[in-house]
Amino acid sequence: MNTLKVWIHRYQLASMLLLLVLLAVVLPLTLDIFRLNLVGKYLTYAFVAIGLVMVWGYGGVLSLGQGVFFGLGGYAMAMFLKLEASDPVTTAIQSTPGIPDFMDWNQLTALPSLWVPFKSLPFSLAAVIAVPTLLAFIVSFAMFKRRVGGVYFAIITQAVALILTVLIIGQQGYTGGVNGMTDLKTMLGWDTRTDSAKYILYYLCVGLLMLSMLLCRWVQTSKLGTLLLAMRDKEDRVRFSGYDVADFKIFTFCLAAGLSGIGGALFSLQVGFMSPSFVGIVPSIEMVIFAAVGGRMSLVGAVYGTLLVNAGKTFFSESFPDMWLFLMAGLFIGVTMAFPMGLAGVWEEHVKPWWAARKQSGRAGSPAVFAKGEKA
Amino acid sequence: MSNTDFALAVEDLTVSFDGFKAIDALTLYIDRNELRVIIGPNGAGKTTLLDLICGKTRATGGSIKFKNEEMTPLAEHQRVRRGIGRKFQTPSIYENLSVFQNLEVSYPKGRSVFGALAFQCDAEVKERIQTVAAEISLSDKLDMEAGLLSHGQKQWLEIGMLLMQEPELLMLDEPIAGMSARERELTAELLQRICKNRAVIVIEHDMEFVKRIAQKVTVMHQGKILAEGPMDKVQADPNVIDVYLGH
Repeated sequence: MNTLKVWIHRYQLASMLLLLVLLAVVLPLTLDIFRLNLVGKYLTYAFVAIGLVMVWGYGGVLSLGQGVFFGLGGYAMAMFLKLEASDPVTTAIQSTPGIPDFMDWNQLTALPSLWVPFKSLPFSLAAVIAVPTLLAFIVSFAMFKRRVGGVYFAIITQAVALILTVLIIGQQGYTGGVNGMTDLKTMLGWDTRTDSAKYILYYLCVGLLMLSMLLCRWVQTSKLGTLLLAMRDKEDRVRFSGYDVADFKIFTFCLAAGLSGIGGALFSLQVGFMSPSFVGIVPSIEMVIFAAVGGRMSLVGAVYGTLLVNAGKTFFSESFPDMWLFLMAGLFIGVTMAFPMGLAGVWEEHVKPWWAARKQSGRAGSPAVFAKGEKA
Repeated sequence: MSNTDFALAVEDLTVSFDGFKAIDALTLYIDRNELRVIIGPNGAGKTTLLDLICGKTRATGGSIKFKNEEMTPLAEHQRVRRGIGRKFQTPSIYENLSVFQNLEVSYPKGRSVFGALAFQCDAEVKERIQTVAAEISLSDKLDMEAGLLSHGQKQWLEIGMLLMQEPELLMLDEPIAGMSARERELTAELLQRICKNRAVIVIEHDMEFVKRIAQKVTVMHQGKILAEGPMDKVQADPNVIDVYLGH
């Protein structure tokens, strides 16, 4: 019984369970499938947000380019789906049937060799994680081994986001350009646009998100997690305790990138398209806002932050289309100034003590402050 | 450079910052089991010397041999793994972690990424933490957040973090800075205990403290060694009096 309690506390199972109930029971029962699908879309960003909790909250390294990894995962999935949607029968009116429509518009007459492996689902699924992780490894290895950090690292990640956007838009024959990859319909013949498919994909998304959170929590509670906190505080002390500091940052950055890739793939599946507008600087910064609002030290908080900001964004952009960008900026500035640890910080520092004090006073008949005073 | 029986053999070591030689062709030998105190006026290059030995600063020329192995091409963490521990001038501990965690993180196992993921804080680790905590008089503070410790206790904690690694060469940069008289006494006793079975280099300004702990003293001035020997002999040296003690 006691070990169970320790586990629950250690892995924050209670708050994760609460989140699971909300996502898997409450929301599906109260929202129609259109709205639930929207929530599913938001949850794909939550993969990026929990990655940022690891990299930024624990590792102390701010990345403003997480959209890159989200996008790469999304594109890897979208390439597979696009190939399936471009069979010779449906694309018979093209001058080269059997290749994606945008290639045909760009006068390509054969499938580029880069695309060929994406005919295989296992390869595509592996690429969803491997491609973002590999790029993250290259970038972070080059930076962290040279001890580039802080603002400089953030700027480099912005540059990567910009470069990738330009590349995708510029090479439209290979990537679909600024429109991205649209009309993704089926996966191995399974129509992903039906209501039942949307439910299944939504639950898949919730399940994978929960698993990812458990994985992150496990890393946080391992010695590696403690080391990350130690590095954030006194990097030199960690280095002079015999650790290669860069390795730990690289690992964490790659972990976050892999998770973001999974999020991106689920986005492509649930929303039915992928475009450069999820790769660039703006979405990358938005994702940082999600984590900041939820609390960059809390995995559960980051998911709530993602849901809230996106729900707010949807609400504001439906009601005040011209204003929502300002409102969101205001929200970000307000939260970081008033609650630097986000919603999770408010919960930990204000709600919990208040609740404990209330319980105490209810039982003892006197406020907790008095109880303390008597002791002294 | 020759091989020696010394724990540490620094030979002809030079480092220059834009032409200014902070350490100038310095040669220094430290015996196994020796406690050496380095003194010298501000800017003599004492801290720079420790920086060079532990790898924080790269040498321009010369050789640093630890147990007959050349250290200059090695990265900082590799030197630590060979057995060199360094305490910084200002207490350098993890303020947001508990005293226990501070010591746990310093335990020399699970130093690679996957090693750290698989690391278990087993009975052996816990026992070692208890032993070290007793040594540095922090046994009853293990659960406390390290940032809440007094300045002197933080200094001890950092020494304890080094002891966790059981280094064969321990370098302490002004370990009693900011300590009360009582804490100084305790620290002196601590140093005398921990210098068994290892070489220790201490940089210190406080002459009373130096007299108390020193076996052999090295006086540095302008990146060079001015005098070396027992404390009373060094104190009588006219050169030393001239640059340092006479002030």
